[in-house]
Amino acid sequence: MSDIRFEISAGFLPLLDSALLVAAKEKDFAAAEGIELTLVRETSWANIRDRLAVGHFQVAHMLAPMPIACNLGLTSLAATTVVPMALGLGGNAVTVSNALWRDMAAHGASGDLSPRVTGDALRAVVAERASRNAAPLRLGVVHPHSGHNYELRYWLAACGIDPDRDVEIVILPPPLMADALGSGSLDGFCAGEPWNTAAVLLGHGRIATVKATIWRSSPEKVLGADARWSDANPEALSALLRAIHHAAQWCAGPANHAELAGIMAGPAYVGRPPEWMLPALSGRLGTAVDNVVDVDDFFVPQAKAATFPWKSHALWFYSQMVRWGQVEHSAANAAIARETYRPDLYRSALKPLGAALPGANAKVEGALPAPTPVGSAGASLVLGPDGFFDGGLFDPDDLDGYIAAQRYMPG
Amino acid sequence: MAAKPLAVLVIDENRIRASIIEAGLREAGHEDVTLVYDVAGIGRRIAETNPDVIVIDLENPNRDMLENMFQLSRAVKRPIAMFVDRSDSASIEAAVDAGVSAYVVDGLKRERVKPILDMAVSRFNAFSRLARELEEARSELEDRKVIGRAKGILMKSRTISEAEAYALMRKAAMNQNRKLSEIAQSLVTAAGLLGDDA
Repeated sequence: MSDIRFEISAGFLPLLDSALLVAAKEKDFAAAEGIELTLVRETSWANIRDRLAVGHFQVAHMLAPMPIACNLGLTSLAATTVVPMALGLGGNAVTVSNALWRDMAAHGASGDLSPRVTGDALRAVVAERASRNAAPLRLGVVHPHSGHNYELRYWLAACGIDPDRDVEIVILPPPLMADALGSGSLDGFCAGEPWNTAAVLLGHGRIATVKATIWRSSPEKVLGADARWSDANPEALSALLRAIHHAAQWCAGPANHAELAGIMAGPAYVGRPPEWMLPALSGRLGTAVDNVVDVDDFFVPQAKAATFPWKSHALWFYSQMVRWGQVEHSAANAAIARETYRPDLYRSALKPLGAALPGANAKVEGALPAPTPVGSAGASLVLGPDGFFDGGLFDPDDLDGYIAAQRYMPG
Repeated sequence: MAAKPLAVLVIDENRIRASIIEAGLREAGHEDVTLVYDVAGIGRRIAETNPDVIVIDLENPNRDMLENMFQLSRAVKRPIAMFVDRSDSASIEAAVDAGVSAYVVDGLKRERVKPILDMAVSRFNAFSRLARELEEARSELEDRKVIGRAKGILMKSRTISEAEAYALMRKAAMNQNRKLSEIAQSLVTAAGLLGDDA
């Protein structure tokens, strides 16, 4: 084992997709790069942001849109944050209460997780409730600048439900979602694992659809780095990215899933039973007590360039911030979003390893209906299938056109 | 003419700490102080109290929910995180170190808010110190209890005096480079297992 050359503190929230950071430490990939990695579990994304700003953390497990929001000034007290690496693809689901599922099933929802069929049933329930002046359904997400918020809204809007008028969207920390569903204070939520599985196993709800079917191969958490630190410590950052790259390869191995589930279950990390961790890792998702669905690419830690910080991902999140009124669209704001994600830092860190490096910085999202070999440096690379469930395409070169076309028009 | 008194809302799940903050605010002449221990229904409480300053502990898992509520707030008084101009990074750091955060109504003069934040920071630190000391005192008391029991076991099983029993344990602790309370705990546990606990 090498001597300690770098000391790095990282904040994280108790979610399964902190696995890459956790494995980097627990399986000694960080130590092998000369890093003493301290992981600090936090209680809110606001704390992660604040402690990055005051220098307690150099890097953090962050919601993929959050660093963009920090740099756009949508949140106060934020450090300039760069994204040199993503922490995997997918991993979220939409879970609804047992009562809401019964209503949806009466309107045709089946147990196959199809966003279209499930969304149509939900629209029928929303309309039926409105016709008898019942309170709008209340749906939880973990943060306004989260993949959860944007994919939930995308799904609702594409199914003809206005996320701002037809339902109420509230913010709640992920570990409280299952209980809120059980107590009736929520009708549904979109959150990361293991909190959907938790709701099912506790008998509080049913998984209705998943991120992997709403937008397949889509980003969820990223490594956010304090730009002051990463600018001043490029070697430390590169060493950390290599450690996480090795951790991602380890996490991806099915033979390691049981061990990883055990590590994540530990009191310092998620602090819940190992069997809550396994469905996300295997893709065998218990959507109800009596129903298991095999989901392709439910959570992808490493394959398909899952840790590459695509600028097209940053720009899609930006387009959704504009869509839902969080920021005004301008060329300057789009540039800030684009520059937040830093594939150049990723390439320079991983090139010496011969890792598969995409040749491009951005791609058309939704363009690959099947696994497709793409141009790469280092090892060969297969991307896709990717894509939005409604067949939408996001071309980052036509950002203005996409933003203009996506305004939701209630029918 | 004196400025209008500030309305302060303290959100803290720890009731004792909340009371300590409240006492500090009242000592500093702030009369309009509201304490909230549970964030359920917080939106209504904020609308009712219309606070100029909101003090919240960083351990509270609902900060994201609160910040979102502030962002969406259509009220005239819209709270923003403390000192967004970042010109006072030292006091922001002190606050985060102490485990407290504050939101203030946009436009409020910082010299009016800073004493409140400084007070909250020092009281949070004092509370952490107190909690630590209390924990130490509690474990010291436990130690003393277990040492007393161990002494009793030795006195009975070896028919020796209290002073001799104590000296025996001290010697064992020194020889094994362990704490006296650890030696005592082992003795008590062993005696319990062997069924000859006094």
